[in-house]
Amino acid sequence: MAVASTDPGGKPAEPMPWWHNRRALPWLVQGVVGLVLLLLIAFLLGNLVRNLTAAGLLLTWRWLGQPAGFDVSESLLPFSPDLPYWRALLVGLVNTLRAVIAGLIGSTLLGTLVGMASFSSNALLRRLVRIYVEINRNIPLLLQLVFWYFVVFLSLPNGSAAPQLPGVVLAKSGLYLAGFGSAGWELPSLTNGVWHAPLQLSVEFAALLTGLIVHVSVFIAEVVRGGISSVPRGQWEAASSLGLHWWTTMRRIVLPQALRVIVPGLNSQYINLAKGTSLAIAVGYTDLYSVAETTLNQTGRAIEVYLILLTAYLAIDLGISALMNGLNHSVQVKER
Amino acid sequence: MRMFQRWQTTLPIACATSALLLAGCASEGGGGVQSQKLATITTRGKLVCGVDGKLPGFSFVGPDGTYRGLDVDVCRALAAALFGDPGKLEYRDLNSSERFVALSSGEVDVLSRNTTNTLSRDAAGGNGLSFGPTVFYDGQGVMAPISSGIRSLKDLAGKPICVETGTTTELNLADRMRELDVPYTPLKFQTGDQTYAAYLGGRCVAVTSDRSQLAGKRTNFPNPSEHALLPDVLSKEPLAPAVVNADPAWADAVRWVTYALMQAEELGITKANVAERVQLAKANPNQADLRRFLGVEGEFGKQLGLPADFVVKAVSTTGNYGEIFERNVGMGSPLKLERGLNRQWNKGGLIYSPPFR
Repeated sequence: MAVASTDPGGKPAEPMPWWHNRRALPWLVQGVVGLVLLLLIAFLLGNLVRNLTAAGLLLTWRWLGQPAGFDVSESLLPFSPDLPYWRALLVGLVNTLRAVIAGLIGSTLLGTLVGMASFSSNALLRRLVRIYVEINRNIPLLLQLVFWYFVVFLSLPNGSAAPQLPGVVLAKSGLYLAGFGSAGWELPSLTNGVWHAPLQLSVEFAALLTGLIVHVSVFIAEVVRGGISSVPRGQWEAASSLGLHWWTTMRRIVLPQALRVIVPGLNSQYINLAKGTSLAIAVGYTDLYSVAETTLNQTGRAIEVYLILLTAYLAIDLGISALMNGLNHSVQVKER
Repeated sequence: MRMFQRWQTTLPIACATSALLLAGCASEGGGGVQSQKLATITTRGKLVCGVDGKLPGFSFVGPDGTYRGLDVDVCRALAAALFGDPGKLEYRDLNSSERFVALSSGEVDVLSRNTTNTLSRDAAGGNGLSFGPTVFYDGQGVMAPISSGIRSLKDLAGKPICVETGTTTELNLADRMRELDVPYTPLKFQTGDQTYAAYLGGRCVAVTSDRSQLAGKRTNFPNPSEHALLPDVLSKEPLAPAVVNADPAWADAVRWVTYALMQAEELGITKANVAERVQLAKANPNQADLRRFLGVEGEFGKQLGLPADFVVKAVSTTGNYGEIFERNVGMGSPLKLERGLNRQWNKGGLIYSPPFR
């Protein structure tokens, strides 16, 4: 049984030339493609090293330990200009992850609601949702960020004139939320014309998050809509003949079945969101890309800094993919 | 297994893409004693000059659609010196974080973009650039609305300050404020447009940059007279054209064309009288200095890889350094900057060309 294959019936078949072998052929093609790729990479890397040597710039990582010398506007980790570059990059990475995680949660909630609303029995709501989706889907993310920051958020007033909701104040200087502070539950308070609150978000972060959530949520809404329409009509009819409410039908019958279609589509929207955070610098938020740019300019280590950026974004995206693959596995129909 | 398959496809693509990007970043290096760059420029038939493009007085597009400004005139003088024609010149608008990559990748031949000459940018272990002569001696300043009541750096305690990222000003600000023990929040933006839009939008109480740049940008504000520079000068900012370190011959050509503009002012040679001075030099064998400077005799041009009369070509295109200064940033311009440190050395300033010998 070394070379000859067997047909499904189990009868011995004619010995087959190896290039017709269904197992060997894909490996051969993969091998050739892989080899060509490797040669291309070797050529490009060789070119890179040659040029770098000629320009007197060889790869080094020692600069990572040097003091950064610049400050960052907001950081979850303590930071000061005498800390090294790696620490500054870490601050940027944490700020990026903060935007990614908050953006994922926000856009999933909003996107799911909008996606479900397009099946609402209310015709006005359905039309409004279509308009909302079409407008947001056709405007580039950068433009939306710039709009939210420069047009909306920067035209807000400061001090007592700032728009207030119970427990929420949105001023030009930032977003102030009620929360647990040193004196228990605290509301935003105004002292000497400056707002203070247990939870403060910079207006830059708020603008980035708003832009990302609004932009990505409409794509998620489309994925959700596709998923829901993939559930056969009969399911709706069966549920309504049982006298189930629209919301109950959606929650207990339609969404669980739609998830099988929705989850793979969400994956790429999540990755888009993660990559979209790198536009933060346009609205003054200190994310990984922003810190990396300053670092590049101060050290001149363009290649090293770009390698760090590539690795970081690749890791974030692969991390999201891995999580989503796990989720996908759990929502698929279990065949018994 | 699924994870493995994903890696099989993602990883090579990621590698190939990054390798392509990286090779693109460094496709043009090389060069020995001969100038590869000069050969490239000559073959291409035009000079590619990296400028800011949005900074009144230094490089910006005027109402007639042409580039103008002090930095632009340095580019034009170079193109004229190389080709006898400032039209053989292409501009690339670069923001402060793109500029060094554009230069080291060879996308631009020379950077004439209000760039501060610093050790780490010049050093081979840093950005690996080579700076030409300083064409504008500047210092970092801070601008705030007059109505804000901010009159010194200490008044900025706890306040947000807008900064353009990728500039020396970002570091100087951090240094000075640490010295004064004044906490502040730097808000960084990628481009000057975004930085000044955030400042005018009222997000920052002040904006910091080179004093000349603040003065230039202010001319574009809706109400320029409502904004004032603080008296504090935070740093020295010698602005100079830059080229890659790897091609010393091209660096020399850029250096000496720029010096020629300064030397021409010292000798009283202007755009208007340069032709006449050439005739006089030709007729008068006793004026050896002038004859060498104007390329009537000697081989200065040849030593630099430029035409013999490169000085004449440059000066007849842009005028001398003093004319360039007055026209673009001096009293004859909307910026109305004093010559100050940018006067000739024999008039109390720092503009000094080494001898053309």
